[in-house]
This record gives sequence, structure tokens and C-alpha cells, in this order.
Amino acid sequence: MDQVTPVEHAHPGAATYLRIAAVLAILTVLEVGVFYVPVFHAILVPALLILSAIKFTLVVMFYMHLKMDSAFFTFLFGGPLLLACCVALALLFLFGAIGLGK
Amino acid sequence: MSAVHAPAAPATGWKSWITTTDHKRIGMLYFFTAFGFFLIGGIEALMIRLQLAQPDGRLVSADTYNQLFTMHGTTMVFLALMPLSAAFFNYIIPLQIGARDVAFPRLNAFSYWVFLLGGLFINASWFAGPLFHAGHLNVAPNGGWFGYANLTERQYSPGPNIDFWLLGLQVLGIASLAAGFNFIVTILNMRAPGMRMMRLPVFSWMTLVTQFLVITAFPVITVALVLLMFDRFFGTHFYLPAAGGDPLLWQHLFWLFGHPEVYILILPAMGIISEVLPTFARKPLFGYTVVVYSGVLIGFMGWGVWSHHMFSVGLGPIADSVFSGTTMLIAVPTGVKIFNWIATLWGGQIRGTTALHFAVGFIAMFVIGGLSGVMHASPPADLQQTDTYFVVAHIHYVLFGGTILGLFAGTYYWWPKMTGRLLSETLGKWHFWLIIIGMNLAFFPMHFIGLLGMPRRIYTYSRDLGPGIATLNLVSTVGAFLIAVALLVFIWNLWRTRTHGQPAGDDPWGGATLEWTIPSPPPPYNFDFIPTVVSRLPRWSTTQMRAIPEGSPEESLPHVPSGSIWPLVTALGLPVLACAPLTHTLWLAFVGAGLLFFGIYRWAFEPFEV
Amino acid sequence: MTHAAAEHHTSMGVPSRKMAFWAFIGSECLLFGSLISTYLVYKGRSVVGPYPHEILNIPLTSFSTFDLLMSSLMMVLALAAVQRGDMKWGKIWLLSTALLGIVFLGMQTYEFTSFVREGLTLQTNLFGATFFVLTGTHGAHVTVGVIWLLTLFFRALQGKLGPEHALTVEISGLYWHFVDVVWIVIFTVVYLIQ
Repeated sequence: MDQVTPVEHAHPGAATYLRIAAVLAILTVLEVGVFYVPVFHAILVPALLILSAIKFTLVVMFYMHLKMDSAFFTFLFGGPLLLACCVALALLFLFGAIGLGK
Repeated sequence: MSAVHAPAAPATGWKSWITTTDHKRIGMLYFFTAFGFFLIGGIEALMIRLQLAQPDGRLVSADTYNQLFTMHGTTMVFLALMPLSAAFFNYIIPLQIGARDVAFPRLNAFSYWVFLLGGLFINASWFAGPLFHAGHLNVAPNGGWFGYANLTERQYSPGPNIDFWLLGLQVLGIASLAAGFNFIVTILNMRAPGMRMMRLPVFSWMTLVTQFLVITAFPVITVALVLLMFDRFFGTHFYLPAAGGDPLLWQHLFWLFGHPEVYILILPAMGIISEVLPTFARKPLFGYTVVVYSGVLIGFMGWGVWSHHMFSVGLGPIADSVFSGTTMLIAVPTGVKIFNWIATLWGGQIRGTTALHFAVGFIAMFVIGGLSGVMHASPPADLQQTDTYFVVAHIHYVLFGGTILGLFAGTYYWWPKMTGRLLSETLGKWHFWLIIIGMNLAFFPMHFIGLLGMPRRIYTYSRDLGPGIATLNLVSTVGAFLIAVALLVFIWNLWRTRTHGQPAGDDPWGGATLEWTIPSPPPPYNFDFIPTVVSRLPRWSTTQMRAIPEGSPEESLPHVPSGSIWPLVTALGLPVLACAPLTHTLWLAFVGAGLLFFGIYRWAFEPFEV
Repeated sequence: MTHAAAEHHTSMGVPSRKMAFWAFIGSECLLFGSLISTYLVYKGRSVVGPYPHEILNIPLTSFSTFDLLMSSLMMVLALAAVQRGDMKWGKIWLLSTALLGIVFLGMQTYEFTSFVREGLTLQTNLFGATFFVLTGTHGAHVTVGVIWLLTLFFRALQGKLGPEHALTVEISGLYWHFVDVVWIVIFTVVYLIQ
């Protein structure tokens, strides 16, 4: 394509960053809570995975500015990330660490 | 508007070469260094073939033989084929996309120096025996190019051989990764105005896919090697069953890298012939879009097949079936490309240049290699084929018949652009016929040798191993030497045309892409004016060769960076660092790390404008 | 005569260095992914102890997780300051980020040494091997990040870092946040899911 104007992105303000930091802290407290409080142990793994995924996404989208930046960066990061997750899952199956009723 | 400028004379002298950041110079450095390693790998192959020419061979000891086939494989994959492809990435990609250089010229130089130093490091093992009180001269890596655990553990490989291997490969991995990032950004971000992605030459596209494979696959082998390093140096048990470890972890990690690696090896060559065939058929590539998408699909699917290298380890029926299925599927996009290439030639105005001969040879030989590959895809069949010479046949048909013939096609095609001189067509035809006969003599018998039962990686065999095995081995050895003769012809061609070669001019072939619009060899800044591209084949129109519309003129003289020493200094830190565990000398690690840091800091704060 | 690199035409409208860095981060996903996979595949296969539940210190690690998360906050504030040319706060936030990183490293060092004292080393069992290599690699990345941030801080002290270098600070931020994000995964997968 011809001369492309640099991708414009809006900067979240300090207030947004602080709010996200607060959310991250709360999520961490929740994670530790799930770990310690016995009533949650039945759903420990999915709950922790979801909570940490939310933290992960918040940091990547906002602190690393991915949400506001070029969609191509999402591909550059998301592609290999997805690949890494698939590889990890495949290895877990291949080593019998998780099974389909094996 | 046209600026008056004196063509900048490239600096000469060794200092200009060690500080160069010019992609064209770096490309030439890659070419000659890689070709040198190719010859070394070839000599290793000849020694293997001499040892196997007859039963009960006594040319080399078993241990030396193990070193020979390990180094042959390692050298050919990492020090010859990948860097030869890199030579063309370096020289040609910026020219094809209409750029003045790559995105990060100093990083580019760094990649080359790390490659050179890594290659020297690993080959130093041939002479390093005395340093390790080994009792003999050669302590080269001897665990196969794929280094299966736990043979590679300290217990079973006590000497420095595997250390050279795992340290050397980690160093080389850094070179490849750096180049991967560099070329991804270059191809995506430095295209000339108007060069949309679907107007990109196929060679550039295949290079892009290759670099994505590099940056995702090399970290995995890095981890595999680091874990092995920890086992060997720090007493961990990653691959040791006694502590609960699993040797299969190595195999999975290695082949997770290793399978994408073979696509890293073949895709550039496929890109090359996708340029050569249209030029000498005077006809656009048939189904450009399909060829590009097939290449991208091969890149993605290449991640889904790795355990087909492990059909004999007992993965279980589910895993075997899944990987068998994915492996058969990946033959589809590959096959599609073959049809497109043939269709490109069909009905074209064929000019039988040497480059075209090699490109057609690629198609034929790669199809044979692909057929044996598909045969491997069936686990029951593979149980017979695996670890026999049948696989060696497959490997060499795809890598020699594929990659190497493709690289030669690229050499005959682009040498005139790089040096300003045409290679001799007569010598080229001799080279081609000798090598294609040689390679078929060398590798075709291996299909039979393998199915008759000769395993891989054995240093000799008995006359009773199987009917005709000895004879076929002898034929194979003759073929190998014929290849050597062909290479001598090629070297003579290179040498002679330095002075006697016909001057090439800008465009000896009537090519369609941007590299043919500039002088041969190009000036340091490549293009007087960055062109504006309006089609996929910028120079071909229906009636005549099309002049490229001039882009907006830039400064009076395009700026060319003056080079930098810091890539080399930084690169030096790596082999020094690698020598520390190798020789159990801690202070070397500090020196190496110190060099790295020093080089990086000077590099980061050096004023350098691209 | 020459134009600065920043004004070069780019086909995708993004700075080349930023694109390269995102590609690098993608690559690092595979590096850490392989290490985490190794940890997960070997979980529960140690032939001898100590075992995770006996030795992992959740309160301490929760604190270091919190520390790293707050350091990410400092980092974005540092970037915002540099972008608007406020080098006073730029320096403060850069140094704060680095200091929190050093605190993290301190806590990791304490954790590693106490594990060794309690009988868990690289060589003891698969848990020791996989744990130390994974968290050690992460720690090495944090160390590089701290050095990087301190370098930027000292450049700023010398007056050599300004809003025209915002991209450099941004890229160091990307690195830092990535290191934080990897820790988020490690904290969950190694410490909390035992």
C-alpha cells in the first residue's frame, strides 16, 4: 500500500492504569483465596486458569497497549501464544498428564 | 528533479568487510562461508561413502564414523543449507521489495558473525581432542544430528563431543533467531510503495513464512538443548528414567523444532524456483495466490506433524493415527505447488538455461522425495522404513534433490545480479547433468538398501546383511563421487567467470521483478529512486518490458550507513561464553558475558542511521 | 542530508523496532511455553521429595506476584511521563520499576536459598530441576529487564533520555510487562495449581 499514516492510538490516562492495577491486585487476592479456601477446591483449576487469564489479558491489552495498537501486533503475539498453548496441551496428552479417560 | 550523483564506490579492504552492514556484502559472506561448510559436509559424506563402499569397511573407526555422520547432518542442515538460503534472503529480498537494506542492518551483520563463529566452534571439535586429553584428535559430536537422549547424557557420552554440539547449536540458534526477526520486519515493513502483500514475489513470501517458522521453532530446540546442558553439567535428570525423567521428552522437544526445521529448509528453495520457472517460461507463475496460500498453509500445518518421526517409540494408536493423518494432509498443499509449477511451464516459451534445468530437476527430485515421505506417513509401513536407509533416501531426495538443486537454480539465476557476470552455461550444464546423475546413483539405491534391511548409522555391514546390499552401496559411493566432480565443475565455473564471465547488465534474463531494474552488481544504496509498484510483475507488460515509474526522489544521494564493528564484537562474546562450560573454566563465562554486554552497549548507543 | 530513521516510510504504518519486539515476544512465548510444558509434563513424577506442597511458600510468592504487578503499573506511568516530556516523573517511575524488580529478585533469591536449605536443589528430583530451570529462566529475564531499566534511568539522569526516545521506553515496557505476564502464568501453574 502507499504511504500509510502511522497508526494512531489513544493513550489511556493514569486513572485507567491505576484502576487496572487495582483490578489486578484484587484478582490476585481472589486467586490466593481460591487456593486457601477449601470450598473452592472442586473448581480450583478452572477458576485459577480463568482468573490468571483475565490478569494476563488485562496486562497485555492495556499495559502493553495491544488493544489500541495495530491489529497486526495482536497477530504477532497471539499466533505464537496460541501455538504455545496447543503444543503444551498436545504434550500433556502425549505424556498422559491429562487424558480422555485413558 | 534528477539528482546528479557520483555512484558511491563501495569501500574496500578487510576493515570494510568486518564492519559491513550492507545486506549485499553480508549475503556474499553468507554464500562463501556456507559453501565452504557445504564442502566440509561433503567431504564428511565422501568419507562415509568410502567406508560403506564395501562390507567390513576399515577406513575409519566406529567412533569416527559416528562423528562423520553426525557432523555431516549437523553441518549440512545448520551450516550449509540454512545459511545458503540466508545468502539469498540477504542479497535478494531488499532488492525484490524495493528497499535499500534490511530493517536492522547491524543485527543482520551480527547474525552472520554468530553463524561463522558458531560453525567454527563446532568444527573445532575435529581437532580439539588433545585439549580434552582424549587420546585422539577428533572429538566431534557423535550422537546423530538429532542427538537422542539418553545416549547424549554424560553417562553414555562422557567426552566433550556432545558439549560441542549442544553449545554450538545454541550459539547458531541465536544467529537464526536474530535473522528471523530482521527479515519478518523487513518484508512486512519496508516494501516499496504499491507493493501490497499479494504483489510480493513468491521468494519473498516463502522467506516470510520461513522466518515465522524460525522464530517459533528455534526456542523449542533451545529449551531441549538447555535441559540437556543442565543434565550434562549440573546434574539434573531431565532425560534420565532413573529419576522419573523421560528420554521421549527430548524427542518431542527436538522434533517440535525438527519438523518445522525441514520446512525452513525447503520453503526458500520452493520460493526460488517459483521465480526461476516463470522467468524462463516467459509466463507468470500459474496460480500465484494458491502457491502463496499453500506455502502459508505448509507453515502452519508443519507444526502438527512432528511425532511422525517417533512412530516406533510406542506413542499409542491414538497419537500414531493423529500424526499419520496430519502428515498425509500436509502432502496436499505441497502437491498443489507441484501442479502449479508444472502448469507454469506448460505452454510457455521455454529457455533452457542452467537455472531452469536445476528448477525442473528440483520438481522431479522433490516429487520422488515426497513420495517416499508419504510412504513414511503410514505408521505400519514406517515401522519397516524407520531407521533404515529408506529414510536416508527420502531425506536426500528432498534436501539434496530439493533444497540444494533449488539453491543452485538460485545461484545461476542471481549470480549475474550479485557479481555483474554470467556464469558459464556450458559448465553449468555439465554441473547439472553430473550432479543429477550423481545424486540419483547415490540416493536411489538407498531405497532398496533400506527396505532390504540395512539400518542407518552403522559404521559397517556384513556381506551377508542382504542380497545386493554390498553392490548397491558401491553404486551409491560412485554416485557420491560423481556429485563431488560436479561440484568441482561448479567451483571452476565460479572461479573462471570472475574474470572471463560475460558481463550481465541490469537484466540478463528478462525478469519480472524489481531486482532486475538496477545495475549488476547494484550500487550500495540499491535504487536511485525507490520505485512505485503497480502490479505483481512490475517489469512485464503484455507487449514489452515496462519501465518502472519513478517514485518520489529522495535526497541528493541516498544515504548508506558507514558500518559498525559492534555486531562483530558482540558476536565474539557468544563462542567465548560457550567455551566456559566446554572447558570447565568459569572466568571465560565472565569474559564472554562481558564482551556481550560491552558490545551491546556500544551498539545501542552508537549513532547509526539506516 | 539524511533523514532520521524515524521518518522512514513503513509499509504497515508501525515502527519497525516495535514490530520486531512483538515478534520477539511471540518467540518468547514458545520458549517459556516449552519450559512450562516440561514442568507440567513432569509434575507428580518425582521419585523422591521434597514435593511442591511441602515446600512452596504461597504467602511469599503472592507478595512477589503483587510486587511484579505493581512494577508494571510503575512502568506504564514511566512511559506516560516520558511521552509527555515530564522527565522528572519519568525518572522516578523508571527507578521505581527497577527497584520493584530488584525486590522481586531478592525474594526469588531468598526462596531459592531456603529451598536449597530445605533439601530441594536442581539435582534432587524432577520438581527441583523443572522448577529451578523455569523460574531461574524467568529470573534471568527479570535481571536483564532491571539492567535495561537502570540503563534508561541513568541515561535520563545524564539528560540523554527524553520524549524523543519514547519508543525505546515503550519497548522496554513491553519487555517488562511480558516478564510480568509470564510470572502470572508461572504463579498459577506452578504455585497455585499443585
